Amino acid sequence: MNSKHKIVIIGNGMVGHRFIEELVDKDFRDNFSITTFCEEKNLAYDRVSLSTYFNGKTKEDLSLMPEGYYEENGVEIFIGDKAESIDRKAKVVKSAGGREVHYDTLVLATGSYPFVPPIQGQKQYYFEGYRAFECGDHKQHIHVYRTIDDLDAIKASASKSEIGTVIGGGLLGLECANALKNLGLKTHVVDRGPSLMGVQIDAEGGIVLRAKIEESGVQVHTSKSTKLISSGKEARYQLQFDDGTYLETDILVFSSGIRPRDEIARKAGLKIGDKGGIVIDSECRTSDEDIFAIGECALWNGQIFGLVSPGYKMAGVAADIITAQGDRRFEGADMSTKLKLIGVDVASIGDSHGRTEGSRSFSFRDELKGTYKKIVISPEGNRLLGAILIGGVEEYGTLQQMMLNEMTLPKDPGSLILPTTEEAAAGVGLDTLPEAAIICSCHNVTKGELMKSVQDGATTIGEIKTATCASTGCGGCSTMCKQLLDNELAKRGVDVNTDLCEHFPYTRQELYGLIRVKGIRNFETLLAEHGHGAGCEICKPAVASILAACWNEYILKDEHYGLQDTNDRMLANMQKDGTYSIVPRVAGGEITPEKLIALGEIAKKWNLYTKITGGQRIDLFGARQEQLPLIWEDLVAVGFESGHAYGKALRTVKSCVGSTWCRYGQQDSVGLAVEIETRYKGLRTPHKLKMAVSGCTRECAEAQGKDVGIIATDLGWNLYVCGNGGMKPRHADLLAADLNKESLIKYIDRFLMYYVRTADRLQRTAPWLENIEGGVEHLKAVIIEDSLGIAEQLEGEMAHIIDTYQCEWKTTVASPEKRKRFRMFVNSDETDNNVIFVEERGQIRPATDDEKFELGVSRKEVFE
Amino acid sequence: MKKVAETTYNKICAMNDIPHNAGVCALVDGKQIALFRIGDKNELYAISNYDPFSKANVISRGIVGTMGEIPKVVSPIYKQQFNLTNGQCIDNPKVSIPTYPIREQGGAIYVSAIENC
Ligand code: SRM
Ligand SMILES: Cc1cc2nc3c(=O)[nH]c(=O)nc-3n(C[C@H](O)[C@H](O)[C@H](O)COP(=O)(O)OP(=O)(O)OC[C@H]3O[C@@H](n4cnc5c(N)ncnc54)[C@H](O)[C@@H]3O)c2cc1C
Ligand code: SF4
Ligand code: FES
Repeated sequence: MNSKHKIVIIGNGMVGHRFIEELVDKDFRDNFSITTFCEEKNLAYDRVSLSTYFNGKTKEDLSLMPEGYYEENGVEIFIGDKAESIDRKAKVVKSAGGREVHYDTLVLATGSYPFVPPIQGQKQYYFEGYRAFECGDHKQHIHVYRTIDDLDAIKASASKSEIGTVIGGGLLGLECANALKNLGLKTHVVDRGPSLMGVQIDAEGGIVLRAKIEESGVQVHTSKSTKLISSGKEARYQLQFDDGTYLETDILVFSSGIRPRDEIARKAGLKIGDKGGIVIDSECRTSDEDIFAIGECALWNGQIFGLVSPGYKMAGVAADIITAQGDRRFEGADMSTKLKLIGVDVASIGDSHGRTEGSRSFSFRDELKGTYKKIVISPEGNRLLGAILIGGVEEYGTLQQMMLNEMTLPKDPGSLILPTTEEAAAGVGLDTLPEAAIICSCHNVTKGELMKSVQDGATTIGEIKTATCASTGCGGCSTMCKQLLDNELAKRGVDVNTDLCEHFPYTRQELYGLIRVKGIRNFETLLAEHGHGAGCEICKPAVASILAACWNEYILKDEHYGLQDTNDRMLANMQKDGTYSIVPRVAGGEITPEKLIALGEIAKKWNLYTKITGGQRIDLFGARQEQLPLIWEDLVAVGFESGHAYGKALRTVKSCVGSTWCRYGQQDSVGLAVEIETRYKGLRTPHKLKMAVSGCTRECAEAQGKDVGIIATDLGWNLYVCGNGGMKPRHADLLAADLNKESLIKYIDRFLMYYVRTADRLQRTAPWLENIEGGVEHLKAVIIEDSLGIAEQLEGEMAHIIDTYQCEWKTTVASPEKRKRFRMFVNSDETDNNVIFVEERGQIRPATDDEKFELGVSRKEVFE
Repeated sequence: MKKVAETTYNKICAMNDIPHNAGVCALVDGKQIALFRIGDKNELYAISNYDPFSKANVISRGIVGTMGEIPKVVSPIYKQQFNLTNGQCIDNPKVSIPTYPIREQGGAIYVSAIENC
């Protein structure tokens, strides 16, 4: 048919898919054709995140590729068809589905299967491949934990069960136990060995881990070998252990280790390791030069790698070799791991058990905090060989880098894991990291690669992303990447570009100054006088926010309308299906029964999904764009105002009940919360702003996690600033103690306007403070001692904002012109037919793609 | 660009119904099309309202601007940028969305539902 070189891949798991991606990146199409067998009924998905399937992630979320990826790239795939045998002479693969496919090069990416120890039972359990079959009546309650199908089966049996037991207390076993616990089961973990996670951590670490896990309600049974499974008395099964004790359970999940799936290779006569695994060399070639093996099924240098990143490396190597483009070789991989198990952080690095001859170790255990830290060092005492961290893993990155790069240890290696003193914390900066340090762990991008991309001309984060993929996964590394970029540029003598964007050669702070001092009132004037081009999604909302903070005009005024970000434009929060949520203000979280009922009535009338938010108020979801003014008309009529949940603005002032009711309350925290929420509502800030007031030091309002936090004392109020929840929590700093209300308000006014004046775009108060030279002492000087002589000015600016407040929704519903903007279509009264709701737990929610499809929305609308 | 026969144009709205430097959505022969009016010269653009990344009909609600000389709109959900002249996604060369012929005559806006190619 054609003369292209034919590559056939058996197994479409994480590694098999990565291999195909590597080929796609190499533009294989002119010279190669690709066919792959996928035994599972789902295309490759993120097995590493499998457990999130129980937390609401869907198959689509877990899928590793966009819809249609294989078709678009001309990859032939046989879904649900298992390859059964390989005829190496004829170079043909035969499948269970009856296919016979010729190959020039064959790649085995068959992964592994969960090992199930032989256990006798009154009933006999059979395992074919890795799937359990039982010749009894309730086979659906004995499981393994490897595939989406397995999880579906576990979920189904959990709904009919109360107790769940996992056999195997390793990494996966504990992850599985957590899943069972979250499914509402009373959960047990049984392990043959004396402690948990014996592969990665030592006995002492095992004790600390066990204590933490039992704290969470999961029961741990160690040194128990199951010898018989019989029917139970109280529960479905009874597990009988060899020490004579027993345990009853409704569900059983085996997680007793994995074994490489080498059966097809074995049958074909390829070389297999003594304990299983398809033997490969550093080119990932098996004993047949036309057959490669990659991922968990492959055995390299006597080692199986049960993690995904070594598999990815192998995929890259095989792609290089097969296409003869690139020169990567497989030379082993680091098996260090860091993870969170049942809420406990655990990390294991290198030779964590200290098996190297003559190695010495140093450990530190804090029973109060429940942490355990250990390092293993070389006999000479100058190199780190391994480490274990439990309960706190901040040191993971540093220790791993030290081990991998054979860095010289500090004089007192113990300082690496002892509770951080300030000097020690300052120890490892970006500059001291070696080039091999992995900065982006999602994509395995090293410091060296990032530096190279800058050498090759990247000057922005965007360019770095394109060049290296760094920072395009979870985004957790973006700050480090940015710092590295700035450092590198500075070293090259390139001026680090702090311009807001290509349209304005100014920082946000400078633009704020220009607008305020020159009295500029709209974007067009600012652009004409100080910028160029037409603006963009970065400068427009930033300028809109500055204009609002200075002049406080109605934000939907014609000249401001196009500047507003998505949510501000509709004065509501856009949801994933293009509908909106509505959050009316409930100052301080205090609400009368009448208003609560009114809110309920309105939600019912418009069939909105209602939920209590994390900010002590009520969110109404599922409003279509064209319904917003109608719903708000109802809300305004009963006295509600905008809650600015859509704006970079004051969100909520959380309160605790305080002295009015609470036996410990020192002051009226609700009263103060209502007062300050009313005072600052509508204020536009560089990023969103949250506050809270607690009635005593028990801190029920969590004020120290807020941008502005106030805690009552017997003498007055303590003012805390620059706290943060969210991605990088930060405890607030005490700015001033025992204030009376007048000074308290004065200081908050000054604080807020100083933040508005000097922060970067989208910078919360916490990172803002971290970047201020002099830190909180500087803030105290400016705000309390007025060291810059601007206190009065700041107060005046705030007074203007307070005097010019208007409820944006009230103004909007009163204007027929503005209401027009909410129509879905400018030329029709139809509504968006792609917005479809279904019911769940008695309320609406957006339909998933599959549900829409079933409900008859055309495939094109759903999937294209 | 393919020339589209005049008869396929539909009258949609008045020029002023499209907010300046922003967009609205029109329903043309059953298709959702985002219309934008930009700059001193009232440049007009018509582009699909469907955002392939979020699978929601939201493009008309995006912020418009320029990247160098290229006029663009930014999807309001996950912020991908699209070239308004040809629908090309600027962040992902593999993705583009349809654009449509649009013109103004006598203060009214006319749009065709037959994609530009
Ligand atoms: C509705 C709500 C969740 C809920 O159902 O409880 C929520 C929902 C969203 N939060 Fe939140 N957050 C909500 C309380 C919180 C809280 C708790 C609190 O305020 O006490 C936090 C942690 C506290 C904090 O901010 O310090 C919180 C930390 C975040 C963050 C991380 C901020 C950070 O500095 O790290 C984001 C992302 C961002 O803003 O960039 C975020 C972003 C969002 C966005 C805007 C995400 C998005 O772009 O779609 C969500 C949209 C809201 C909507 O559509 O209505 N949300 N979010 C809560 C609304 C509270 C309210 O009444 O206004
Ligand atoms: C719950 C869980 C959590 C995990 N967490 C982590 C983690 O945090 N970090 C980490 O690094 N790793 C983790 N792993 C391990 C990681 O998932 C594996 O290392 C990775 O999936 C291996 O990829 P693979 O392609 O080699 O095998 P797999 O992903 O198992 O894919 C192999 C595929 O081949 C198919 N197949 C087998 N034989 C045939 C045949 N004859 N014909 C057709 N198809 C066949 C199988 O059905 C399977 O779909 C976790 C695993 C699990 C189960
Ligand atoms: S913070 Fe103090 S006053 Fe408020 S509820 Fe808690 S104990 Fe009571
Ligand atoms: S660590 Fe870089 S994106 Fe996740």
